[in-house]
Amino acid sequence: MLNQFVLTLISGVFIGGISGYLGTLMLSKKMSIVAGPLAHLALPGVALALIFGFSISLGAFPFVILGAILIWILEKKTNLPMENLAAIIFAFGVGTALLILPIGKAEEALVGNITKITSQETFMTVILSVLVFYIIGRIYKKMVLMNIYEDLATIEGVNTSLYNLLYLLSIAVVVALGVYLVGGLITAALIAVPAASAKNISKGLLCYKLSAVMFGVISAVGGIVVTRFIQLPTGPAVIVFGVIIFLISIIFHKKSY
Amino acid sequence: MLLEVKNLNVSLDREEVLKNLSFQVKKGEILTVLGANGAGKSVLLKTLLGFLPYEGNVTWYEKQKIGYLPQGLNQLRVKDLPLTVFDFFSLKNLSPTREELESFLKLVGLEENILSKRAGSLSGGQFQRMLVAWVLVSHPNVIFFDEPTTGIDIGGGETIYSLLHSIWEKEKLTIFLVTHDFNIVYKYSTNVLCLNRKEHFCFGPPKEILNPEMLKQIFGKEIKLYEHH
Repeated sequence: MLNQFVLTLISGVFIGGISGYLGTLMLSKKMSIVAGPLAHLALPGVALALIFGFSISLGAFPFVILGAILIWILEKKTNLPMENLAAIIFAFGVGTALLILPIGKAEEALVGNITKITSQETFMTVILSVLVFYIIGRIYKKMVLMNIYEDLATIEGVNTSLYNLLYLLSIAVVVALGVYLVGGLITAALIAVPAASAKNISKGLLCYKLSAVMFGVISAVGGIVVTRFIQLPTGPAVIVFGVIIFLISIIFHKKSY
Repeated sequence: MLLEVKNLNVSLDREEVLKNLSFQVKKGEILTVLGANGAGKSVLLKTLLGFLPYEGNVTWYEKQKIGYLPQGLNQLRVKDLPLTVFDFFSLKNLSPTREELESFLKLVGLEENILSKRAGSLSGGQFQRMLVAWVLVSHPNVIFFDEPTTGIDIGGGETIYSLLHSIWEKEKLTIFLVTHDFNIVYKYSTNVLCLNRKEHFCFGPPKEILNPEMLKQIFGKEIKLYEHH
């Protein structure tokens, strides 16, 4: 079973890293609130996958990507704030999932099953993580600028609508990947917690990005290694690691400012 | 002539904000836009910048390099961000070199060691000066300032304006300015454009058109004038 463990570890490193990186862009409330609902939107897809016995990734991806595009279109058309739209998407995801998902099978959808990941799925995870890493790297500075003030980005010639779409799609891909590791319910935490810890200890952007990626990787590896020796679910253990790092970062936060 | 606006109409959410507006701006002028809250001052700036749809004619006679400091870009926006002043400038399209930055910071009266400080931890006045440098560092020849001294105490505001004025003299810029500060209007503006929503506007040099009656029309009765300092 060593092979399976290595696969788990590899995908954990990549999912943890990319989640941490993506999370650093969720600088404002408006942004950080989107990942949660998208994660819940994966649930009906995961439910379908479990019922019909195909790979969870195949179930989660279309739902999450569709959700991202839906939020993007609705925001353009209705001018409703993103958090409102996210609440609607959230309700839809949880509602439909509970409608079709047998309660007995719910656990896998809730807490993930990275310990059963196949080599194919690991390969996919690595490829997609690298792709998202590249996209986020390209749009990063202008996304920060949009976060601060959208007009500033517009005057710099940024197509804000296109950037928002790329950003939402990146979240969607990372969320779909995260469903493996920690499950639909706490994927959002995997994105938010490392970035929050990094924010506590960073003065500038570079330190912020690097430490968020690092914290994401440490949480993932920590959770995976510990649950190999102790019989506990891996996903929640990853989050516990993340939160421990966060608590430590608070101490440093008080010291440095 | 730099800009000519003729019969400009702008509607937001089917409500007319600007109606039949006409005025001209020459190179090197300072145009101040006056008006009560909701009169459409920011809308006008955004329309001239090309952010909003409009009817009528807006003609720029040369291709301009435009700088813009939007309203409401206050420090709260960066308060909690892990962003140094240097990081903030690196977000620009053509991020300036360190030497360039240092010379512009000097121009607005900031020390160069500020580059490694957090943008959120600057004082209000320092932050606003930094924003002025942010706009200037791209070498614009037309600048839009939408209430650049919001949230700054009176003394700080005046330094910002005298700073802008000295840069304006040096660089021969054209400036569009939205402000409520009448002192500034009288002291620096070439022309004043006053707006209210009732298809009523005035346009001309401040000393000619800004009499108490006109101001009463623009701002309504409850505004007492010349209490601004």
